[in-house]
Amino acid sequence: MIFAGIDIGSNTAKAALIKDGTLMGTRVMLTGYHHLKAGTRVFGDVLVQAGLSRSDVSAIVSTGYGRASIDFADKAMTEILCHGAGAHFLNPDIRGVIDVGGQDSKAIALDDRGQVDNFAMNDKCAAGTGRFLEVMANALEVSLDRMGEVSLTADKPSKISSICTVFAESEVISMIARQEKRENIIAGIHAAAAARVGILAAKIRIQGPVMMTGGVAKNKGMKAALETQLNQPLIISPHCQETGAIGAAVLASRL
Amino acid sequence: MSDKSSSPLKIKAAKKMRDLMTTYYLEALDAARNHRQVAWITSGGPVEPLVAMDIIPVYPENHGAMIGSAKMGEDLCAKAEDMGYSGDLCAYARSDIACAVVKGGPIGGLPKPDMLICCNNICGTVLKWYEIQARYFQVPLFIFDTPVCHTGYTPEIAAYVQTQVHEYIAFLEQVTGKKMDPDKMNEVGRLSYQGQRLWQQVLNTTARKPSPMSAFDAFFFLALIVTLRGTQVAVDFYKELIDELEQRTRDGIGVVPDETFRLLWDNLPVWHQLKWLSDRFSAHKACLVADTYTSAWCSALKYIDENNFLDSMAEAYTRIYLNIGVDQMAEEVLKMIRFYDVDGLVMHSNRSCKPYSFGQMDIMQIVREKTGIPVLMIEADMVDPRSFSQSQVETRIDAFMEIVKHKAGRS
Ligand code: SF4
Repeated sequence: MIFAGIDIGSNTAKAALIKDGTLMGTRVMLTGYHHLKAGTRVFGDVLVQAGLSRSDVSAIVSTGYGRASIDFADKAMTEILCHGAGAHFLNPDIRGVIDVGGQDSKAIALDDRGQVDNFAMNDKCAAGTGRFLEVMANALEVSLDRMGEVSLTADKPSKISSICTVFAESEVISMIARQEKRENIIAGIHAAAAARVGILAAKIRIQGPVMMTGGVAKNKGMKAALETQLNQPLIISPHCQETGAIGAAVLASRL
Repeated sequence: MSDKSSSPLKIKAAKKMRDLMTTYYLEALDAARNHRQVAWITSGGPVEPLVAMDIIPVYPENHGAMIGSAKMGEDLCAKAEDMGYSGDLCAYARSDIACAVVKGGPIGGLPKPDMLICCNNICGTVLKWYEIQARYFQVPLFIFDTPVCHTGYTPEIAAYVQTQVHEYIAFLEQVTGKKMDPDKMNEVGRLSYQGQRLWQQVLNTTARKPSPMSAFDAFFFLALIVTLRGTQVAVDFYKELIDELEQRTRDGIGVVPDETFRLLWDNLPVWHQLKWLSDRFSAHKACLVADTYTSAWCSALKYIDENNFLDSMAEAYTRIYLNIGVDQMAEEVLKMIRFYDVDGLVMHSNRSCKPYSFGQMDIMQIVREKTGIPVLMIEADMVDPRSFSQSQVETRIDAFMEIVKHKAGRS
């Protein structure tokens, strides 16, 4: 039987299909303004890619911020459960998950069966989320995708002390004015964001092995900063960005 | 995760309670015309001597709760910030300070005080807050200082607080120009004790399954034990309420239809989101059966001597929930988890109330280690909606309930 998961995040919409415990395919696209449209399209795309039609799918679970808008899903479930299930699917040894999403960061503890045992999410503030990195990328005129790469050449990471995104941005702007090296500033930004995420991990006393999920996991600088912060290596799947959608498909198979 | 919330059978006593509160506030607002004196007092303050001396006690914190429920907190808090107060200050303090000046809020401000009684058994914020109001209204202030009992009630603390009981009476006699009548004081003390005992009984009814009322109801019915403690009115009302709740239990009426999960709440309510939160949990068939907040008004019962209230009052007012060490707080929480047989703990990390929120991370760990039940922490503010995000809290609640369901093995 085939199951689908659809993850509508604040930036991107993701879809995944699984069959008999194996991944059949995934798709990612920008969410845009209309959640239902994005969900319908990304689901349609992943079906086309797998050469399937909608009637082949036994059950669908939606997740992410726009989960409630996906009216054709059989059930809506939170990102926390889906990221947990997705990480466990990708690697059953995983006991901790760090997800840095567009407007939410979370740390999740899993038990040995992949069930979510505890979690912590960032508070109302955007520091330590994907949005924080995006604001900084804009201020530094670097594309979000290149931030990681650029930061790896830093020789002396700058120190960002503000915890608020708005204040941190002006701090960064004054660093630019002082002509601090761009790579050092970016490395400093990663360290600041990692420190915030580290608090979440500490709150639930995260245990290894830890997987980092979400699109930000592709950012090598952020990964390195988090590894330093958590004092342990992070496992990153090639499907890091679609982990939530994969988990949603896994949970759909258990409905 | 259905969103439809079938409306539970209402508790009839709620209407009577509303009427009693209206009468109480009207009487307080009319005090000057009737040549009666008004004292503003902190929520955990020793109110019985005021009642015994026919002074009307008024509670800025209860008023703050009304402001929060009426969703008038944002404007008043912003006004206080305009006046120069920090946004980090407790929202009860901010809204009260602003309200005194603009005469805003749901009842157009509290009646002007003739004196202020500040007891710091709940927090240190009240000290500065009451000093500000004493200057603003130009009225005398009595500070009843209760040292924190981290580990216990030492003889030094006992002697220190007991001295203040005498000073307090002398202060009241001086401000009113009247002598305290010891018989009247004993009578009020007895009524206060009875009221608190009945309040405990009200809260105990929620140990039954299904629970006849929820913590959201307790937040509402609490107002009487706060404001009318030491009066016959409170005693009579709670007796009636207990009868009704017991009848509900006999009839098998639960406040949450199909109650499947039972939860404990920690910290003050989020006054501006009561309905939303209650609906959110009900949609998961979860009932918040009890809380650490409303039980604060009967938690010191064991220290009170019904027949010698004045002498036992010092200890009872010093050893309240917010004035003890974190280990002892955790002990209380664990007791409640067992007594109410709950499946999870919901902690409100309250931006306003530092003393209440401070030890929560430790309590959370202790609870998880000792009971294994899931614990949820949500960030909010009891009055100021600017520190609350519905969509974020919704995700947390949904995820938490998924874990609770899984652990409890029910759905
Ligand atoms: S800080 Fe907490 S205890 Fe103190 S007045 Fe505010 S809400 Fe009450």
